[in-house]
Amino acid sequence: MSDPVVELHGAEVTYAGRTVLTVDRLAVQEHEALVVVGPNGAGKSTLLRLMNFLEPPASGEILFCGERVRHPAPLNLRRRVTTVFQRPVLLHRTVFENVAYGLRLRGRDPAGVTWALLKRLDLEGLSGAQAAGLSGGESQRVALARALALDPEVLLLDEPTANLDPFNLGLVEAMIQELRAERRCTLVIVTHNVFQARRLADRVAMLHGGTLIEVAEAAPFFDRPRDPRAAAFVRGELVA
Amino acid sequence: MVSQVEGSALWEIIALTIRVTGTALAASAVLGIPTGAFLAFTRFPGRRLLVALVYTGMGLPPVVVGLVVYLLLSRSGPLGELGWLFTPTAMTLAQTIIALPLVIGLTMTSLEAVDPQLRLQLRSMGADRRQEVTALLSEARAGVVAAVVAGFGGIISEVGAAMLVGGNIAGRTRVLSTAIVLETRMGEFQFALVLGALLLSLAFLVNILLLRLQHRIPYWPGR
Repeated sequence: MSDPVVELHGAEVTYAGRTVLTVDRLAVQEHEALVVVGPNGAGKSTLLRLMNFLEPPASGEILFCGERVRHPAPLNLRRRVTTVFQRPVLLHRTVFENVAYGLRLRGRDPAGVTWALLKRLDLEGLSGAQAAGLSGGESQRVALARALALDPEVLLLDEPTANLDPFNLGLVEAMIQELRAERRCTLVIVTHNVFQARRLADRVAMLHGGTLIEVAEAAPFFDRPRDPRAAAFVRGELVA
Repeated sequence: MVSQVEGSALWEIIALTIRVTGTALAASAVLGIPTGAFLAFTRFPGRRLLVALVYTGMGLPPVVVGLVVYLLLSRSGPLGELGWLFTPTAMTLAQTIIALPLVIGLTMTSLEAVDPQLRLQLRSMGADRRQEVTALLSEARAGVVAAVVAGFGGIISEVGAAMLVGGNIAGRTRVLSTAIVLETRMGEFQFALVLGALLLSLAFLVNILLLRLQHRIPYWPGR
């Protein structure tokens, strides 16, 4: 088994005195695709924010490549992880400039990487279009291209295909599969979609009520889930 | 026409108007935009009181500002030793005080209107603090430029403060707005109207320049 990239130990997040997430132990292994599933309000997005060092845990610790991360995380560490959020927030600029933006932040020439990604995600024809005028699917593809341009060691995807039509869903999933096969990027993918989880996961973690109730390799998770709520999810039933 | 303002004196008045208003606008933008950004992004005890004071300041009557600056700069005032009273510097100071709350308040509200998720997105993309604020200011540029436009509107037309702390001295502190008052008092309505048209033209030109700026503010953060 490869080394863990991101680890959470006894991490707890509280808002206004209410605990919204408790993770006793979770390790994301290098180059794996960990799919996080669970109903709304389970703490999935909060988990991603912790892993991207966007907020500190109230208690416990986060480790990156074995090193404890202090908050605020140093810039060079933050630049090794990025998130594609469920609702893409794009700058009021052109598609090209949105994809190029993260590279400009790093003082790098963005042209080559940006054009390659625009082509790969079928956005070449929209390069000069204003991001504000894009459809939901196009915006999500721009958000994915923007994250991929940074070539992160860990890519966090928060329901990247929610509300996408089959065409856009196919493009995004193909890109994710390519990331796994070619770039060997470590992925953490939040999804509600059991079928998508089956297609993309090396391992699955299920959150419920802010607690991890099951973490397992994909095959045993889908074939022999231990927790009854995980079993309900696998059967496609509503999990409240 | 028996005007007090003739020939080259008119150009002096226009030049002084541009100098005083331009300097006050630049000072209020340089001080006001970062302060507005600070108030928008930072939470600290007393912030709400400070914001309430800024909002109150957005409606400051220029004549009251003029009175306070007059008292500060008068010979017996705490800043009397500077010798600024009845100089363009005093007028610039008063106009900066008038414009500053407008620039701060409107910059703050325009930044607060930017999608809060964008801050997380920028951090997630690896923006440092300066890059984050620059990007957010760029996203809110329409509102930030509107803040500067509002500040300009507050000072180009004001007459009370300029009259009190400048004294409307020919060749020294006479600007377009105070010259209009003088010409009106003398019954020179036609000339006062010409000066008014000049003032409006100046305001129009500056607004055109500021609005062009809305589309030209660079946003790439550099290294």
